[in-house]
Amino acid sequence: MPLVKNGQIVADEFAAVADDAELPAAGSVLISAARFLADPDSLAARNSPLGVIWPNNRDVAELKPWLDRLALIALVFPTYKDGRAHSQARRLREIYGYRGELRATGQVLRDQFTFLVRNGFDALDVRKEADAHAFGEATHRYTEFYQPTGDGHRSALQLRRQRHLTSAS
Amino acid sequence: MYAYDDIDRAIVHERVDEFRDQVRRRLSGELTEDEFKPLRLMNGVYLQLHAYMFRVAIPYGTLSSDQLRKLAHVARTYDRGYGHFTTRQNIQFNWIALKDLPDALADLAEVGIHAMQTSGNCTRNVTADQWAGVAPGEIEDPRVWAEILRQHTALHPEFSFLPRKFKFAITASDHDRAAIKIHDIGLKLVRNDAGDTGFEVLVGGGLGRSPFIGRTIKPFVAGRDILSYIEAILRVYNQYGRRDNIYKARIKILVHELGIEKFAAEVEQAWSEIADGPLTLDDEMIEDIRSRFVYPAYEELPAEPDELRAAAGDARFEAWRANSVAPHRQDGYAIVTLSLKPAGGAPGDATAEQMDAVADLADKYSFGEIRVGHEQNLVLPHVARRDLPALWAALDGLGLATPNVGLVSDIIACPGLDYCSLANARSIPIAQELSRRFANPDTAALIGRLHINISGCINACGHHHVGHIGILGVEKNGEEFYQITIGGRADEGAELGVLIGPAVPYGDVADVIEDIVEAYLSLRQRPDELFVDAVKRLGVEPFKERVYATR
Repeated sequence: MPLVKNGQIVADEFAAVADDAELPAAGSVLISAARFLADPDSLAARNSPLGVIWPNNRDVAELKPWLDRLALIALVFPTYKDGRAHSQARRLREIYGYRGELRATGQVLRDQFTFLVRNGFDALDVRKEADAHAFGEATHRYTEFYQPTGDGHRSALQLRRQRHLTSAS
Repeated sequence: MYAYDDIDRAIVHERVDEFRDQVRRRLSGELTEDEFKPLRLMNGVYLQLHAYMFRVAIPYGTLSSDQLRKLAHVARTYDRGYGHFTTRQNIQFNWIALKDLPDALADLAEVGIHAMQTSGNCTRNVTADQWAGVAPGEIEDPRVWAEILRQHTALHPEFSFLPRKFKFAITASDHDRAAIKIHDIGLKLVRNDAGDTGFEVLVGGGLGRSPFIGRTIKPFVAGRDILSYIEAILRVYNQYGRRDNIYKARIKILVHELGIEKFAAEVEQAWSEIADGPLTLDDEMIEDIRSRFVYPAYEELPAEPDELRAAAGDARFEAWRANSVAPHRQDGYAIVTLSLKPAGGAPGDATAEQMDAVADLADKYSFGEIRVGHEQNLVLPHVARRDLPALWAALDGLGLATPNVGLVSDIIACPGLDYCSLANARSIPIAQELSRRFANPDTAALIGRLHINISGCINACGHHHVGHIGILGVEKNGEEFYQITIGGRADEGAELGVLIGPAVPYGDVADVIEDIVEAYLSLRQRPDELFVDAVKRLGVEPFKERVYATR
């Protein structure tokens, strides 16, 4: 599945490693939450970039102690109708200040791209090739937003407030 | 009325473009039906028994005359010349072609109407008291807050894929006309001891197969905090609401399984992470929304004008006035309810011609404004009392002056098996039969206020649990049967009705309801003891006896 990162189709530098497989000595790896939580401190101290696949039914607050040492957190959309990872993403980005790669995996389709980006995902493991190529079109469809999120867009209320204050001064 | 600005217009138009693209991809096969389904639902498009159904939002029930004319246009151009007003302050069109939907949405967008999130597992149309802003005794106009909520919940990036649908209702009156206790979140505007405006927040109400009355989760949340507090509730629900079983996925089940105290503690925890953040409202933000609600320039008018005195001799006018005309916060004006419940009619249906005519009457008599209530009637919210006789005469000519508002034939009914793919039994023909049986205005006046609610299946779109008399269609061995409950109510004293006994066959329903009503007439203490109060006092037994003694 094509990986779109920061708007570009890129090669995935992370190698997914199964729980029962040995970790390579070097190179970026992506491991399960269970494997990570079994020995988080030594894994986080590894010299190469480390990514964790975090299930959508587990509290992301558990990751707080290691956030600055994780290069990637992959959140899971088992079906795109299951929106739990949307909330996980916002908490990781906006409340816990996670700055590494935040990747949406699973059933990731064009019609959620705007939502995903607004919620703080910067990498999307896109299910359909055509959708990946339509990334730009899909994420630029909306020019205005009602809700403030951590994506930097000002919300309608904030914009109007600004206008209100400008016209009053 | 709320006036859209360039931001609101941009979002609605961009939404239409997005949906046009989604329909194109569906028709070309790029999207599977499975992928398309949640997308079309979030644009109000259902696949029903016979055709696609298109559900359009009427946020907090407020329409301008131009908007109503545009709804008439959609009915005429893309459908079969009528629409159906629902219990959710929506209008539904039943016979629309998928290929026409983007055009219909684009036409509606011209007047600031959309179908965003009228279905799907997302935050739904925000409903409110249909008398908001005109009812005497309100804290303030709750529609300002409903609009803030509408905006915040429209295309919300985090909450567009919730475990299940999510419904808000809001009121600012002690008498609850918005049924806030049967919503996922109910909001009541209140003022605290310091004189600050805020909300009592209720959570976990809902009907369907597991009905619950909402509980107060917090008695006071300041206005500036309402978005962050609601965000916290939704975030807890998104994370912990059940996704393994759609029948247990609503927030009411989560609240019930955790208990309100534990649920409230989870919400407090989630709120502590975001309170005082970017969702906090300030006076400028609130004022900006408030400033775009345009209110009529009322005149100083007498409360008892000559026109009204002159018409008082007309018994038909007086019968209509007695139940269709309500007090207004402005002296000399009245709130007028237009019954969409003629004897033998389908509750909530209006033809394109009626919609156009009501729009014209609204321009002439109600400052161009119309409301839609959850009882499936229309309202003209600002009628000068001197104009009441003329308005009545016009409505009478349109078939919109049936003098039955709030009475036994003002029946709430879902579309039932005639339209709906979920239904097990018919609703509309039962409503039609009952409305014929109770068509005599004198009998209806004798009975007094009595709400009958009919649902064709357990999903309870007709709110049968909270009908004074609730009728629920079920299917047994391929035949339609109906369970009867009594004693439900959806107002500030909301309660769920109690089943009176075994379900009765289709052909017996109207007789059974008549028996119940007759029992009430013989059992009530005084003529002004409402049916629902008599049930409360007596319990179901005497009614049950009356119904089943001879069956």
